[in-house]
Amino acid sequence: MSASEISQQETPDISAERDVGNFSYKTEYDFDAGKGLSEATIDYICDAKGEPDWMREFRKKALKIYNDKPMPGSWASTDLANIDMDRISFYMAKGRQTRSWDEVPQDIKDTFERLGVPEKERAFLAGVEAQFDSESSYSSMKEELSKQGVIFVTSSEGLMKYPEIFRKWFGKVIPIGDNKYSALNSAVFSGGSFIYIPKGVKLKQPLQAYFRINAEEMGQFERTLIIADEGSEMMYMEGCTAPQYETSALHSAVVELVALKGARIQYVTVQNWSNNVFNLVTKRGIAMEDAEVRWIDCNIGSRLTMKYPAVVLRGERARGEVLSIALANDGQHQDTGSKMIHAADHTSSNIISKSISIGTGRSTYRGMVQIPRHLKHCRNNTECDALLINTNSRTDTYPAIVVRGEGNSVQHEASVSKVSEEQIFYMRQRGIPENEAMSLAVNGFVNDLMREFPMEYSVELRRLIDLEMEGSVG
Amino acid sequence: MSLEIQNLNVSIPERQILKDFNLTVPKGEVHAIMGPNGTGKSTLAKALAGHPDYTVNSGSALLDGTELIGLEPDVIARLGLFLAFQYPVEIPGVTIANFIRAAITARLKKNDSEFSATGYYKALYAKMDELKIPREFTARSVNEGFSGGEKKRCEILQLAMLKPAYAVLDETDSGLDIDALRVVAEGVEAMRGPDIGIIVITHYQRLLNYIKPDVVHVMYGGRIVKSGGPELALDLEARGYAWVEKEFDVLV
Repeated sequence: MSASEISQQETPDISAERDVGNFSYKTEYDFDAGKGLSEATIDYICDAKGEPDWMREFRKKALKIYNDKPMPGSWASTDLANIDMDRISFYMAKGRQTRSWDEVPQDIKDTFERLGVPEKERAFLAGVEAQFDSESSYSSMKEELSKQGVIFVTSSEGLMKYPEIFRKWFGKVIPIGDNKYSALNSAVFSGGSFIYIPKGVKLKQPLQAYFRINAEEMGQFERTLIIADEGSEMMYMEGCTAPQYETSALHSAVVELVALKGARIQYVTVQNWSNNVFNLVTKRGIAMEDAEVRWIDCNIGSRLTMKYPAVVLRGERARGEVLSIALANDGQHQDTGSKMIHAADHTSSNIISKSISIGTGRSTYRGMVQIPRHLKHCRNNTECDALLINTNSRTDTYPAIVVRGEGNSVQHEASVSKVSEEQIFYMRQRGIPENEAMSLAVNGFVNDLMREFPMEYSVELRRLIDLEMEGSVG
Repeated sequence: MSLEIQNLNVSIPERQILKDFNLTVPKGEVHAIMGPNGTGKSTLAKALAGHPDYTVNSGSALLDGTELIGLEPDVIARLGLFLAFQYPVEIPGVTIANFIRAAITARLKKNDSEFSATGYYKALYAKMDELKIPREFTARSVNEGFSGGEKKRCEILQLAMLKPAYAVLDETDSGLDIDALRVVAEGVEAMRGPDIGIIVITHYQRLLNYIKPDVVHVMYGGRIVKSGGPELALDLEARGYAWVEKEFDVLV
């Protein structure tokens, strides 16, 4: 069919139908701190969880910092002002807001179908069921892990059961006053993972956040802390390609990674929150001597994502890497990037960012690379490529590179391109329909990075990109 | 069964290029179209393929009785028209293997038997060997970083794999050295048969030493001004195009 026929054809209006506020839902919670945020909320959380005093003080201190700090300045999206803080419940546990299957928007059902999401997962993802039964798949892995001495629990369990390790590193990678939203998370965090990998243990299978989703808390203020002891290696995966039903408009997570000497942590995220969500995440890793922290990040959903995975290269010969794919469709803003802070000699960092802007979507790259005067033989390589699909699509790049000293090198390459008419015509001349041609071109654009994602994700991601591309042509 | 072009008028925003163009290419034949630069040879190729930059003002092009004018490029392709481009474009990140596979599966109807990956690769490697394209190229992005010769051989590879009813080769010989030329020509000759009609667009006679045409047409001023057997090509090689301009300027 012709391009004009494609654009006239009824395509699901994703942004409108994902507007969750229109739906009524049942609420069944054992714990609910109510709306709004005050010291009383903190007390409620600590009482509900039975947390020690030092954590209560920590949270209250964080709340004060959150209240004192101004909103991010003119560099940030003005859309932040639209977060309705009064409507947010800052702590809800043991339960979940649910709706009936009939109330689930058709386009979300269609997406499940197109992505091949298993039937039993759909009800959970769509917010029809409160629990996801992953116990069976998880229990055998749990056994394997405990034999090796690996700790993989929720952040609450980590605090309560492993206080020495927990307290040693909690809040050290991302200090309490780092930014307004990490302060918010520090005040009301709940959920997220606490992981410790013992010395020399190299995990063959990735650990998946999904296994914990049936744990008690809502996912909005997750706090994850991963410590890989000397010589250990692990990969962590969170998120999924299927769109996730999310009543809360604000998702503000904090992830702290510690890679001790010679250790390696890879953290893979696929984010596809519904289009009402403000996704403001602070992620940072410390890499000690000969260690490596690698962030592999894909942002497809949410109304506004602000996320700059960072690595502090604290030990000699440490390596940091961020591979990022972002896709911004109508009404979305993916504001992503990376920070590489070099703090030792012979450290190296690599940033590869590919973004796609469709329709009125906006992609932003913000990169900070810091190599101070006293360091030697440090290297950074940055490549940020943007692809604009439509004439009204937008992309911005804000690199902030500060390099001093002797013998350090920084390389920065950026490109903006569009899928050319000639490429589309060439593919169509081979019999490939227009939509498919665009998908091929766009998937080709991200192909190099896509290969770095674990197989489970890359297949689904490609299908998801195809889905996002539909209706974008013409 | 033929490709029948009747009174085709094609223009671009500034001017008319094809003027009452007529040509019939029966299946099983190879027709050569020669002519000086700017006479509309590439325009013919692109307009037939449905390129959006060209406007068909009037006329028709029937592929085995089906009208091509007004159809979308991918529909025209699936009906059986293949265009070997003069300047094949690069498609980064899309491998040759995946690209040709996508083209083949686009043609499969729902009731056709399942696509066989092993059958596909067997055929692909066989053709690549014939065209002296290293097998590692299956993992290369289409045309990315290819030399001129590699691009043209890649066009012929696609032609061989897609088995169209009619193929238009737009200056397939441009930019090729003698050896590459021979490989490409042999690839095309191997395709020749009763089920395909081929139009070879070229400036130079030398390609026609390897792909012997059944009919040679001379194009000038947006239409065919003279047709003849293979000896017409030799005549052009001997005399050049000046006589054509002189003889047919009055018509244009």
